[in-house]
Amino acid sequence: MTNEKVLSPKFGDYGGQFVPETLVPALKELEAAYLHYRDDVEFQKEFSELMQNYVGRPTPLTYAARLTEDCGGAKIYLKREDLAHSGAHKINNALGQALLAKRMGKKRVIAETGAGQHGVASATVCALLGLDCVVYMGTVDMARQAPNVQRMKLLGAEVRGVESGSKTLKDAVNEAIRDWVTNVEDTYYLLGSALGPHPYPTMVRDFQKVIGQEAKEQILAAEGQLPDTVIACVGGGSNAIGIFHEFVDDEKVELIGVEAGGTGIESGQHAARFAAPDVGRPGVLHGCYTFVLQDEDGQIALTHSISAGLDYAAIGPEHSHLRELERAHYTYATDDEALEAFQTLSRLEGILPALESSHAIAEATKRAAEMPKDSILVVNLSGRGDKDLDTVLQVLGLEN
Amino acid sequence: MTKIADAFGKEKNALMPYFTIGYPDYQTSINVIQACVDAGADLMELGMPFSDPLADGPTIQHSTQVALENGITVKDCLKAVAELRENGVKIPLILMGYINPVLAYGMEKFVTDAAQAGASGFIIPDMPPSEAKEMTEFCEKSGLDIIFLLPPNSSDERMRVVTELSRGFVYLVSVLGITGERDALPVALSAFVAKVRKLTQKPLAVGFGISTPEQAAAVGEVADGVIVGSALIKAVGQADDPVGAAREFVQNLKEALS
Repeated sequence: MTNEKVLSPKFGDYGGQFVPETLVPALKELEAAYLHYRDDVEFQKEFSELMQNYVGRPTPLTYAARLTEDCGGAKIYLKREDLAHSGAHKINNALGQALLAKRMGKKRVIAETGAGQHGVASATVCALLGLDCVVYMGTVDMARQAPNVQRMKLLGAEVRGVESGSKTLKDAVNEAIRDWVTNVEDTYYLLGSALGPHPYPTMVRDFQKVIGQEAKEQILAAEGQLPDTVIACVGGGSNAIGIFHEFVDDEKVELIGVEAGGTGIESGQHAARFAAPDVGRPGVLHGCYTFVLQDEDGQIALTHSISAGLDYAAIGPEHSHLRELERAHYTYATDDEALEAFQTLSRLEGILPALESSHAIAEATKRAAEMPKDSILVVNLSGRGDKDLDTVLQVLGLEN
Repeated sequence: MTKIADAFGKEKNALMPYFTIGYPDYQTSINVIQACVDAGADLMELGMPFSDPLADGPTIQHSTQVALENGITVKDCLKAVAELRENGVKIPLILMGYINPVLAYGMEKFVTDAAQAGASGFIIPDMPPSEAKEMTEFCEKSGLDIIFLLPPNSSDERMRVVTELSRGFVYLVSVLGITGERDALPVALSAFVAKVRKLTQKPLAVGFGISTPEQAAAVGEVADGVIVGSALIKAVGQADDPVGAAREFVQNLKEALS
């Protein structure tokens, strides 16, 4: 690769490359390949054709008339990533990276997954492109997201259950990194969120920024003006950074990230990195310096959320940076608020949202009520809720 | 107290066992480390537990998890070093741990307190040289060594960077992968060591996957030092007499290396 350009490895103080030296050459190779193909006409052509004809982009921006009426304030629009192929925004990044893996000559792809959406997206694109796919998933997550485990298997991926640590997403990432260190020469690590070591946070954001680009164009067409507020849920933060990025320079557009408040911040059972200063502090997890939930000795805290996709101890480094700049603001929704939003959206709009996205809906309904009727609010509906039916029906006592 | 580099000076085949502080409990780990020293270890690598040890295989993962369940903190690890020094241990004691607990403790305070306790240096596997500028400065100020890992897939440029910035010795990773026993040593090991040798005068110690006296002897043929971790932990973990098992394990390795 003759490309001499380099990307900045940091967002302010956050980000970096805290990895074993064995991965340094692999990350360098990845950065070079990404920089090369980012500007490669053929690559971009193939990517955008598949985004259109396979993923189904652009996804619609739906005006939620009944939800708006119910809240009695701002007009609420939903960016419909739930309608992307395989049911969530995760496919955007998975497709981009899998195309890159293929160009780099890697035949084997590994991925981690929490809720299973990234695992399904990875299995999907690997089937499409003829790549071997191994997905690491904590056994606790496998139990609560069983339909996605079956989907991955049907798509030809091997799902490896992770028994170490808390048996959730964080441990799946550990195992994926251990696999990568061992098989680095022929394996591509398809990381699913805007976190991890450089260049992943930048690259994943770039593959997801299409969400905000489309949303901006669509809202301008519908309303002739920019939204007042954009809201997204934040686990690692890829759907949020994907919709935020295009609006960062539009300073009048308020950007709101919603973390998982679990059973409440006081309970300690949550995944809200920014909401609890005693446990959410800058630190290093999985290769980057960012806000991490940890105990006073620096051991990574166990997290809780009703949504497996938000159940993670670290937030993508660019979010830490945007928060420090006060360009984006972060709040949280509890399990109960998310469940209520799940039901509200289902009944008023005929859309079953993913429990992750339900956190964003919960915040949107709160805010919309406080905003004037001529104001506009865009919510990233990052995924669909079919995968969550077991959880929701169980909690609501509606099973059978 | 022996300087790290000097521990390699007097004999070519230095032995550096790794053991996790707090496994299977704090006092036993101190006794095991003491037994390793008594049995002829030339340096000791002392593991500080972390909840997410991504460079470690199942054996060391398990030991650090047990240590955490025992409530072992960074402070306890520093206390262990001080205790070993009080007991008269003179060989280099190198603390191995992941970066986040160090950041939580406060990097500068950690280095100062470790120096105070009698530590000789640090190995932090998730802090490659590019992220280690501050840590290196603190170490220089306190007279401690920071040791970097060098894997066989490194480019010539990375090999130059790592060998130049590593202090005390260079930690050669025998294989691509994580810690843990392997059936056989990689065939290309001697070529790798020879290549690094051309870049630096610093001692070269090899670790990852070395478990038997035969393997240690083979590595000792080409390198200046041999690092053994998982196999020791396994031997200790399975034994009714952990201290005796550690002593015998280290004695066997020493014999193979002499």
